[in-house]
Order: sequence, then C-alpha cells, then structure tokens
Amino acid sequence: MKKQKILDRLMGIVFRITATISIASVILILVFIVINSIPALREIGIFQFITGKTWAPTDTPASFGLLPMILGSIYVTAGAILIGVPLGLFTAIFMARFCPPKLYKFLKPLIDLLAGIPSIVYGFFGLVFIVPLVRTVLGGTGNSILTASILLGIMILPTIIGLSEAAIRAVPQSYYEGALSLGATHERAVFTLLLPAAKSGIFASVILGIGRAIGETMAVVMVAGNQARVPTGILNGVRTMTSSIVIEMGYAADLHRGALIASGLVLFVFILILNIAFSLLNTRKGA
Amino acid sequence: MADKYQIKDLDLFYGDFQALTDVNLNIEEKQITAFIGPSGCGKSTLLKTLNRMNDLVDGCRITGQVLLDGVDIYDNYDVNLLRKNVGMVFQKPNPFPMSIYDNIAYGPRTHGIRKKALLDDIVEESLRKAAIWDEVKDRLKRNALSVSGGQQQRICIARALAVEPEVLLMDEPTSALDPISTNKIEDLVLDLKKYYTIVIVTHNMQQATRISDATAFFLLGKIIEFDATSNLFSMPKDKRTEDYITGRFG
Repeated sequence: MKKQKILDRLMGIVFRITATISIASVILILVFIVINSIPALREIGIFQFITGKTWAPTDTPASFGLLPMILGSIYVTAGAILIGVPLGLFTAIFMARFCPPKLYKFLKPLIDLLAGIPSIVYGFFGLVFIVPLVRTVLGGTGNSILTASILLGIMILPTIIGLSEAAIRAVPQSYYEGALSLGATHERAVFTLLLPAAKSGIFASVILGIGRAIGETMAVVMVAGNQARVPTGILNGVRTMTSSIVIEMGYAADLHRGALIASGLVLFVFILILNIAFSLLNTRKGA
Repeated sequence: MADKYQIKDLDLFYGDFQALTDVNLNIEEKQITAFIGPSGCGKSTLLKTLNRMNDLVDGCRITGQVLLDGVDIYDNYDVNLLRKNVGMVFQKPNPFPMSIYDNIAYGPRTHGIRKKALLDDIVEESLRKAAIWDEVKDRLKRNALSVSGGQQQRICIARALAVEPEVLLMDEPTSALDPISTNKIEDLVLDLKKYYTIVIVTHNMQQATRISDATAFFLLGKIIEFDATSNLFSMPKDKRTEDYITGRFG
C-alpha cells in the first residue's frame, strides 16, 4: 500500500518534469528570438524593417527591408493553398465517401507516405521535374513563385487530406441516412450535408496546411529562385523568410545576424496568429 | 381496403446470418401497422426493406418480393423515388445541423424546388402537419439541434412529410423521448393516418394497442402472428404471442 503511494508520487513528479521541459523549450525559443531581435529592430526600426523594400545586408550603408521576404512567404503560401486545398479536399471526399474499400487499403498508406517524405527529397523532385516543366511551358528560368507554390501545394496534401477525411468521417451516419431517406442521392448527401457539417474540421486542416507551407524551407530554397526583391508576377523568382535565414545565416554577423533573427520573430508571429485562429476554431466547434 | 405493400416470401441475409425468414405480409393503405417483438427479432430490418435502407448495409441480400402498389421495389426500381414516396423517421431524432427551415426544405430542394415562396409554404404546411408549427414559427432560422428532443423528433417528422410521401415508416420514434413528448407524437401519428400509410416499429406494447390498426408479432426473424391489433392483444392465437404480450419474456 505504502509502496504504491510512493510510486504514484514519483510518477507524478516525473510527468511534471517532462511537461515542464516541453513547455520550457517553447518559452525559451520565444525568449531567445525576442532578446536577439531587439537590438537589430531598435537600430533598423520596426516599421522600416517590416515595410522596407530593399534587402542589401552587405552594402554600405546596409539596408534591411523584410517586405520582399514577407510578401514572398505570403505569395508562395497562398499559391500552395490555391493548389493544395481543392486537390486535397476532393481527395479527402473521395477517400471518405467514394473510395471502394480495396482501393482505400492501397491509397491510404500512400498518402501517409507522402507525409513522411523528407522535404529535401521534395526539393529534388521540384528541381528536376517541376522547374523544367514550368520553364518549358511558361518560359523564364523556371525558378518562380508558381514552381514553389506547386511544390508546396503537393507537400501540404497529406495534412489537408488526412484531417479533412477524418472530419468528414466524424459526421454522424444518422445525418447521411436522414438525407437518403428523403430521396437524396449519395452525391447530394455528401456535398450538401456531410461537407457543411465537417466544415470546421476542414478549415482546421487548411490552417495547419498554411502553417506547414509558411514554415517550409529546404524545398522552397531549391526551386524558388531566392531573389530578395518584391516580385511582380508569378513567374518571378522569390525569396521567403525561411529561405532568407537559411541562405545567409552561415556568414551573417552583427546587425545582419540580428536582422535574420528578427525575420524569425516575424515568422513566429505569423505562426502564432495561425495557431490562435486554429484554437478559436476548435473552441467554437466545442461550444 | 387496398393493400399498399405486399411482401411475398421474403428472406433477408446479412452475410451468412439470416435475419428474416419467409415473411409474408400485407400492409393496408391509410392504416397504422405496428411491428412488435423482442430486440433482434427482425422488425426494424423488415421496416428498412420497405424503403431499401438496407441497401446501405454491406453484405445484405434479399430474396422474395416487396410490392409497393403492385410493383416490386427490388426489381429495377428508382431507389431515390422510392424513398421520396416512403418517408422514414428514425429511433434517435436526427435533425441536420442547420436551421429548422433548412431542415424541412432539404427534401423539397433535393427534388428540385427552388422558389422561395413555394418553399415557405411547404415548410409551414409540413410543420403544421407535424403539430410543431406554433412552437417553432418564430425561430425557423434557429439551429434545429437547439430545440428539445421531442421537438426535434417532430421536426424530423415534418421533414419527412415535406417531400409528400405516401408511406411513413417509423422506427421506434418515441423510444428516446419522455412520456409527454411520446404522447404528442402518438396523437400526431393517429392524426396523420388520414393521409398516410404508417408502419411503426415499437418496443412499447401499450403504444401498439393505443395507435395501431394491425399488429405483427416477430420472433427470431419470423412473423409469428399478424392480425387486427384488437384481436392480437385480446385473443392471440399463438402461445408465443400470448407469452410475449403478457410479459413472460422479451
């Protein structure tokens, strides 16, 4: 009896420690980014940093305008959503409500596999397949917003498909039966009843997809061209915030280094906003 | 009176399991027919063959005939049209997660009615027929899940009536409801008999005696006895029927 009690207390302490470590790492990352960003942001000026159009860290005097990268991240992510969401959503509908069981057993692991492919491999695929394709069909270098969007659109598919499919499956069968008992076809029941009923889960999958796309680095660096200027068309090369950090961090020092860390802070704020949107959505669903 | 349904030599299998054996039954038009029997006796299964909801069950096979107005519904019959003509109310109220108005309008919209004025009329008329209009007329835009269970069930009845069926199938429609709501639904069902042929599955034998004209007693997938309700309950011909209605098992 006493032994049991000691074990209970011990396990309680272990769980508390592990939980503390997990939470502490998030807080530490935030503290690190903020502290290291402050000097650079103070010197450049927050407004100038976010709205400046020129990124020339090695010029004298150097200029640190993040706007091209902010826009780059937004354009590429928006493109990925435009391509990935319809594709993923329709795949999810098919998987949840139209796929024959035998085919499902084959497809489901393939889609899970898509989630497990390292991003560098996606990057290679983009480099040797999508870049030449865009170059041949639409001209230009092939390293562009469009190319990165297509690649990211593919990369967010498993997120969109997995979560949307689960959301559609979670809609009570009684709704479906109710619709059929009124003479609705399978298609009508799925599109006018199950899909609207699953919409909060589908939105959640889109938000997580955005999070994945905006944070992606390696694959984007390999196909986006990485020019640090405000793009004027979807065939322009583009540099995202993540690309910028990974390209320059190796040789950056002093203010340049601080400016890159501050880029990370901006990215962090973006992700934070997405997470807040995500949890708002979930609480509304629970209510 | 005319027979709405004629069921002839019906056998039904779920995979290897035989759920219904040699069912022969005629269901009269504009009467209330009750199916009673212990759990798992096949009464709900037979109900679901009447609008082919069993088609949704994997491995469900049927032999024999189910004639609706003399036409076999399992022989090249438009199943969506069948379900438009044969409405169904489920055991657990299953209003859709949308407004009360949209719930009622779902069926008519499914069958191509788009005009707002016409839909308004159908919604009001259906809710009136289901004896719930006065309770919800001021909150048609509210989510149907926000009203009480008894009201939800009457909304589901209204939703079924909105596509103008000829037959209404009810699968233990009051088993999830309190006595007052049950009472309201029973009154409603008696009232609807004027316009519709009603088949009701019930666990509640008092309910069968209160509302039905004819009753079929099921046991282990077979119809043991089928007769006018007053006869079946006052002088059952089969010993097993007598045992069941006197509460000796089930």
